[in-house]
Amino acid sequence: MPAFTIKADRDQLTIDKLSERFGPAGFTHERLYDTMCFTVPREQVHEVLAFLKAELDFNFLTSLCGMHFPGLELELGAVYFLHSMRNGHRIRVKTFTSLHEAKLPTVTDLWPTANWMERETWDFFGINFTGHPNMKRILNMEDFPAFPLRKDYPLEDPTRDDKDNTFFGR
Amino acid sequence: MSDRKDQPGPTPKREKPIIVPEGPPGYSGTGFFATSADKVIGMARKNSLWPLPFATSCCGIEFMSLMSSHYDLARFGMERLSFSPRQSDLLMVMGTIAKKMAPVLREVYMQMAEPKWVLSMGACASSGGIFDTYSVLQGIDRVIPVDVYVPGCPPRPEQVIDGIMMIQDLAQNEGLRRRYSKEYEDLLNQYKIN
Repeated sequence: MPAFTIKADRDQLTIDKLSERFGPAGFTHERLYDTMCFTVPREQVHEVLAFLKAELDFNFLTSLCGMHFPGLELELGAVYFLHSMRNGHRIRVKTFTSLHEAKLPTVTDLWPTANWMERETWDFFGINFTGHPNMKRILNMEDFPAFPLRKDYPLEDPTRDDKDNTFFGR
Repeated sequence: MSDRKDQPGPTPKREKPIIVPEGPPGYSGTGFFATSADKVIGMARKNSLWPLPFATSCCGIEFMSLMSSHYDLARFGMERLSFSPRQSDLLMVMGTIAKKMAPVLREVYMQMAEPKWVLSMGACASSGGIFDTYSVLQGIDRVIPVDVYVPGCPPRPEQVIDGIMMIQDLAQNEGLRRRYSKEYEDLLNQYKIN
């Protein structure tokens, strides 16, 4: 297929290639907000991402961040935003894991830029990336006691004791 | 054309008289002047405070206009700002202090030599302001003792001048033994400083 084709064709090609390699049951896909979004089990996520980079030329990891959906069986997740500069094509890859086993494989071996993104995801969601060379907090202070972007973390500062509800209209 | 010399306008009435700094009260005669040491030292401290600006956000921008010609902090004996904590008397904390910054601020305060004063400028430094969240220190008085709080978001330079004049008042009237007192040691121990 020549470079710079229309996006729908590129999306279809990606689906076909992934089906060929991992089987149609190996992943699910849907179009969300005009971008093709793949969901893969976490055991296979590293293999899928390595395949996407090698075969479909997704040479750029735009972003990586955590997700938390309380109530689901697999509460925590990570989403990878991939960009193929050669083909002008963007996709998203999602993977989920449970709260008590909050671990995902690192992708720093594929894209070195994932180093800080995975540290940030650890910092805010508590997802441990196995194989990461330097898995520690990056933005919050090092002895921070919680993972603040999980949904069960209170929005307001819990150390504040001077907030009287009568003054805040509650 | 009328001659202005013949018709001077009414003298504008001043509500506050202009105060020219003068020496402390004492006894003087031919060739001598006697007063108490703490009055002289208080006057010297008052008129030569060296501020250390710890500016982390928008209050720092407001402070820059306070420093420069229009508001002119130099009128208060602060001709030179000190960017070394070891050479300054007044720590001016201006802006949001993140919890990760708190140990840095504490370290800067501990590096300052006695006597030292702290002015907290703006809502964020004084109470956390609108940033009621996990990453922001809810007021710098959780890590260091504060002498004067200036409210506002950000405060006008005039308000900060008012706060600085309060600091000057504290510096002038502080007893010379205060920094050696049990109360002062207890205050520092409260913040686990020393």
